[in-house]
Amino acid sequence: MYRYDSYDQSIVDARVEEFRDQTQRRLAGQLTEDQFKPLRLMNGLYLQLHAYMLRVAIPYGTLSARQMRKLGEIAAKYDRGYGHFTTRQNLQYNWIKLADAPDILAELATVEMHAIQTSGNCIRNISSDQYAGVAADEVADPRPWAELLRQWSTFHPEFTYLPRKFKIAVIASEEDRSAMRLHDIGLKLVSRDGQVGAEVYAGGGMGRTPMVAPLIRDFVPEEEIVSYLEACLRVYNRYGRRDNKYKARIKILVHELGVEEYKRQVEEEFAHMRTLGLNPPTEELDRIRAYFAGPAYETGLDDSVDRNDPAFALWVDRQVAAHKQPGYAIVNISLKPRGGIPGDASAEQIALVADLAEQYSLDELRVTHAQNLVLPHVKKAELYAIWQKLDEAGLAEANLDLITDIIACPGLDYCSLANARSIPLAQKLSERFAAADRQKELGELKVKISGCINACGHHHAGHIGVLGVDRKGVENFQLSLGGSGAEDASVGQITGPGFSEDGVVDAIEKVTNIYLAQREEGERFLDTYRRLGMKPFKEAIYG
Amino acid sequence: MKILTGNDLGTGDVIWWAGDGWSRQVGDSVDVSDKGEDLARAEEAALRVVGAYVIDATVTGEGVRPAHIKDRIRALGPTVRPDLTLKPNDADAGNWVI
Repeated sequence: MYRYDSYDQSIVDARVEEFRDQTQRRLAGQLTEDQFKPLRLMNGLYLQLHAYMLRVAIPYGTLSARQMRKLGEIAAKYDRGYGHFTTRQNLQYNWIKLADAPDILAELATVEMHAIQTSGNCIRNISSDQYAGVAADEVADPRPWAELLRQWSTFHPEFTYLPRKFKIAVIASEEDRSAMRLHDIGLKLVSRDGQVGAEVYAGGGMGRTPMVAPLIRDFVPEEEIVSYLEACLRVYNRYGRRDNKYKARIKILVHELGVEEYKRQVEEEFAHMRTLGLNPPTEELDRIRAYFAGPAYETGLDDSVDRNDPAFALWVDRQVAAHKQPGYAIVNISLKPRGGIPGDASAEQIALVADLAEQYSLDELRVTHAQNLVLPHVKKAELYAIWQKLDEAGLAEANLDLITDIIACPGLDYCSLANARSIPLAQKLSERFAAADRQKELGELKVKISGCINACGHHHAGHIGVLGVDRKGVENFQLSLGGSGAEDASVGQITGPGFSEDGVVDAIEKVTNIYLAQREEGERFLDTYRRLGMKPFKEAIYG
Repeated sequence: MKILTGNDLGTGDVIWWAGDGWSRQVGDSVDVSDKGEDLARAEEAALRVVGAYVIDATVTGEGVRPAHIKDRIRALGPTVRPDLTLKPNDADAGNWVI
């Protein structure tokens, strides 16, 4: 894992003290809310429906046990005993007191964490593949590039006041586990003739105008990735709209200019950038890369798993993924218990996962954009012991990528932007489809729920997506089908008129029944939908 | 009726104007008529509230009821965590917001 150097630590520490002073001035009345709001947002502190909310950055979703333990301690000490893992691999605390915020940031800084780049019109926390470094099919570990981009983007003076927020994802596998093409810029590391570089996608995103990012360059050599991104950002910063926040994201610029014209302008800027010598020194990437060198795996380990306990075997089949190292496995920990709140974890659960990471996963864990956790380096011989501990803590649900592994934003239960509640709907669906056999029969089926058009719940990318809207003061839910955030990225299509909360649960059940009745051998729900189109599903829903 | 709400500057708690100060109980709200905006400005300047705004509400048999579901959820707390609402012992409290 990356460790701060003295420069990293000093800028984070300085930021804490700066924010402490700003907070004290606010509480003393020396700053108005209008003056203070942009300052607190730059430190991840929002004012939400019930209280202040602090969003903590988890760069590329990677945490050490020590960092995870600190997150649990903060939940217990300053919040109400829990935290919420988000769809951008971050963590939010829902009940923060203003006066405590600087102390929390100071505690985070002791474990090399902060809340910078979790709000505002800057380059946000970089996201990545939760299987980075352990996936057998990756070209390289994407995290050194993600870390390099973090360092490049943090406090970048040119990109601190962009037209709108800017989200970047970096992956390095054919299988996209990060919704890469639904980011403002997506990088996919590839190898060409023995050289590592990146495919660059630009202009994707969700929100009120969902778009899948087009490819704008099929290969940028690794040493020029930063310069190329600088060129992409410069064109956006220069021409992105600032007169209308709903048209300010890069996807609108790319769409309105046209992909070819945007590419042309980026190439022109890139040619200029190349003359400036702004590529980071290769020694810096090498320095960063050294932190992500594979851990000291044991060799000669037994590759078999004792499956005598049927509940354990069920969990292994669903939650455990192949690791590149023989004898090891990747463990996915579901934060979607039956009837639970997607992404929520108690302070005790957070502490337990920290302990498990320390004891069984070479001190490392990951957060996924699907609001789950991952132990990336587990010996297969220790899977049973881990499962037992997870089971005791209510963390052994076996539902990865199944219909109850629902992504849901906080919705109107917490969020001041929301129009409808997402979580109660997720809970009802979780209960309706709780039977393990039924979930297994339905197979991979990604349900994603957003409580407003901002789409934090990724509903556009759901095989089944739900958008909550406000219909004359009453919650109403629009259903969409056919979205995907994976390598076959697509935007879902709305079925028709919306439903009540119970009505949309019934409608989803009808949709799944059509799938089961009409699927062909080996088809996932998404495959069947793409083959049949909307018509049979719509007929089943609306009669 | 018009009532005034906002968040406590220091704690962030949802608060309601009760005529002589702020309350955490929506039921303590008083009608601010057309004085809400002036009150909000004065209370914000006095550092007692942040993000204050005026909303419509009615008085029902159960007391003051904000007109919009968002404010009813603000008044109660998150419906998915009854233990963290203002009525932790009332299992049906969440129905009040609908």
